[in-house]
Amino acid sequence: MSMAPEHAPTMARLSLAQRLAPWMPVLLVPLLVVAGLLAIPNTSSWLTLTVSGLAMGMMIFLMASGLTLVFGLMDVINFGHGAFVSVGAFVGVSVLLLLGGMTGAPSLALNLAAMGLAVIGAMLATGAMGWAFEKVIVEPVYGHHLKQILVTMGGLIVVEQLIIVLWGPEEIYISRPEALKGAITFAGAALEKYRLVAVGLGLVVFAAMRWTLRRTKIGLIVRAGVENGEMVQALGYRLRLVFVGVFIAGSALAGLGGVMWGLYQEVVSAHMGNQAMILIFIVVIIGGLGSVEGCFIGALLVGLMQNYVAFLEPKVALISNIGLMVAILMWRPMGMIPVVKAK
Amino acid sequence: MIKAVLSGDMPRSSVLALVLGLILVCLALAPFLFPGVRTVDTAARICVFIVLVASYDLLLGYGGIVSFAHTMFFGIGAYGVALALTHMGRGFDAILVGAAAGALLAAVLAFVIGLFSLRVRAIFFAMITLAVASAVAVLVSQLSGLTGGEDGLTFKTPRALGPAFKFGDELFGVKLNGKLLSYYVVFIGSLVLFLLMLRVVNSPFGRVLQAIRENDFRAEAIGYRVVYYRVAATCLSAAVAALAGSLYAIWLRYVGPDTTLSMEIMIDILLMVVIGGMGTMYGAVIGATLLVLAQNYLQNLMGVAGSLVEGVPVLPQLLDADRWLLWLGVLFILSVYFFPTGVVGRLRRG
Repeated sequence: MSMAPEHAPTMARLSLAQRLAPWMPVLLVPLLVVAGLLAIPNTSSWLTLTVSGLAMGMMIFLMASGLTLVFGLMDVINFGHGAFVSVGAFVGVSVLLLLGGMTGAPSLALNLAAMGLAVIGAMLATGAMGWAFEKVIVEPVYGHHLKQILVTMGGLIVVEQLIIVLWGPEEIYISRPEALKGAITFAGAALEKYRLVAVGLGLVVFAAMRWTLRRTKIGLIVRAGVENGEMVQALGYRLRLVFVGVFIAGSALAGLGGVMWGLYQEVVSAHMGNQAMILIFIVVIIGGLGSVEGCFIGALLVGLMQNYVAFLEPKVALISNIGLMVAILMWRPMGMIPVVKAK
Repeated sequence: MIKAVLSGDMPRSSVLALVLGLILVCLALAPFLFPGVRTVDTAARICVFIVLVASYDLLLGYGGIVSFAHTMFFGIGAYGVALALTHMGRGFDAILVGAAAGALLAAVLAFVIGLFSLRVRAIFFAMITLAVASAVAVLVSQLSGLTGGEDGLTFKTPRALGPAFKFGDELFGVKLNGKLLSYYVVFIGSLVLFLLMLRVVNSPFGRVLQAIRENDFRAEAIGYRVVYYRVAATCLSAAVAALAGSLYAIWLRYVGPDTTLSMEIMIDILLMVVIGGMGTMYGAVIGATLLVLAQNYLQNLMGVAGSLVEGVPVLPQLLDADRWLLWLGVLFILSVYFFPTGVVGRLRRG
């Protein structure tokens, strides 16, 4: 007869480091903000940079969240995700140019209504496009990563070229709605209004997404599907439908991110999705593929890092995000919040 | 004898053997068969791209790893030779030093990227290489003091490789000058590198890579350290790509972001591998030849077709020569779906 394993419970409190470890990813954002405060001597420029970093992070999060969910749920990696960003931006900008009367008026309500219409138009267009993309391009290559990467990359090229066919090869310059131009001054720091709007919108979307995922039935199915898809199917849920829904929602969010990003830079080009893709990938990798929270934190880190470094040492800014990714992968090879698969 | 040179990997299809033989003869005698600046230039481009695509196929077709940084390695080799020739003078020693340094740097960079991404999952590699490659491309255009920025670098190759150097009169109506020698440097260099790649994929190392591609879990269970093999394949592929870049720089006597680092070239490489046939070195030969020829001659034809349908809405824009990539993209998607084994796979089966 073998002995029962030794059972020696320790009643000692966990050390501070041990208790902090699970919260480390969340704490990284305030840590980076404090590090920024120490490195940047001028408090008001630090505040400006922090807000613009957060705004940038929120927009990246909007664009990246769909990609990470789609991967988590169906193990599908979509290299064509950037195409939705570009299409969203072009549709949104076209709507805004059509509504020139509304955006030109110095009334906040009219401006926001125009923005809202542009966003809805962009989201409808990219959502529909996401549905078609899933049907035509992604569906035949389920469960085959290599082919997924190749085929979705091909899809990105085709969409990019179609944008050029439809809207012409020139970049389109767009100015923000009248009431969102300029900045407000707070504690001696100039905070651009548009960036504040972007931060607010990002927070709202993140909260809504978290609520959907944590508090609703559909969120429960999605989360269960990420963890163990076969089991969910065995329980009688048509995971494929859920997946198509998530793909469409993710594409629409990328379209929303595209409109915001286009207005942020005040110019849209067919290649902007391709450029955004690079930031999106970095964010998704450091967050942990498949994790929405990780994606959110990663996006904020990338946004803040980019703005601080660009202020302190402009030349280094190009590779600062790569450096951040390398550092985080050295610390946690699967990303900050790795998704645990029950397989 | 032929079997030994080809490392035992015979074409296994009479049509394929015929086509490969034709391509070899055409490339070997290109300056004599098709005298003309543009045609010889096309032939040299085909030679370089065969090596580049073959090295990419080692990664994609044999290792099952997708990389988007292959142009970066190509560029490192090209810039290595360019910088060495600029700063060390126009000697053959500079070429050797530049090419060796480029290949070494490419291998080290591939090693670092591979260590970071491949130890977790192969899919990270595709994403990280995309990010790193674009950062490097921006860096190269920013550091204009060293790399010439967007304008690139024009440099002098050794006298013996320039058109001013004559070593005889005429042979079959072709001037025997340095440009001819330069072409043969590129041709022989490419041939040697290609045969080397053929040797690698038919070695035990290549077999293990194929096993990992088919089922990495099982390969690990048999006792092969998957990460080691994948990282080694990445380094080797990067070094060969850098050497191909060096050859290209010697031929062009110019390097710039557009000729070596651009995303368009990366897409070209992907297309060549897929259309020629993934997982067969001969696919690289077929794919590179087809694509480069099509780019040089078919693209104009498309422009002509575009001008023919003038007046019809949208069609002229769709057929514009600048929309070349659109059709390549469509072709690419279709070939991944319907011809995953490419031209070579088709010929071998048929």
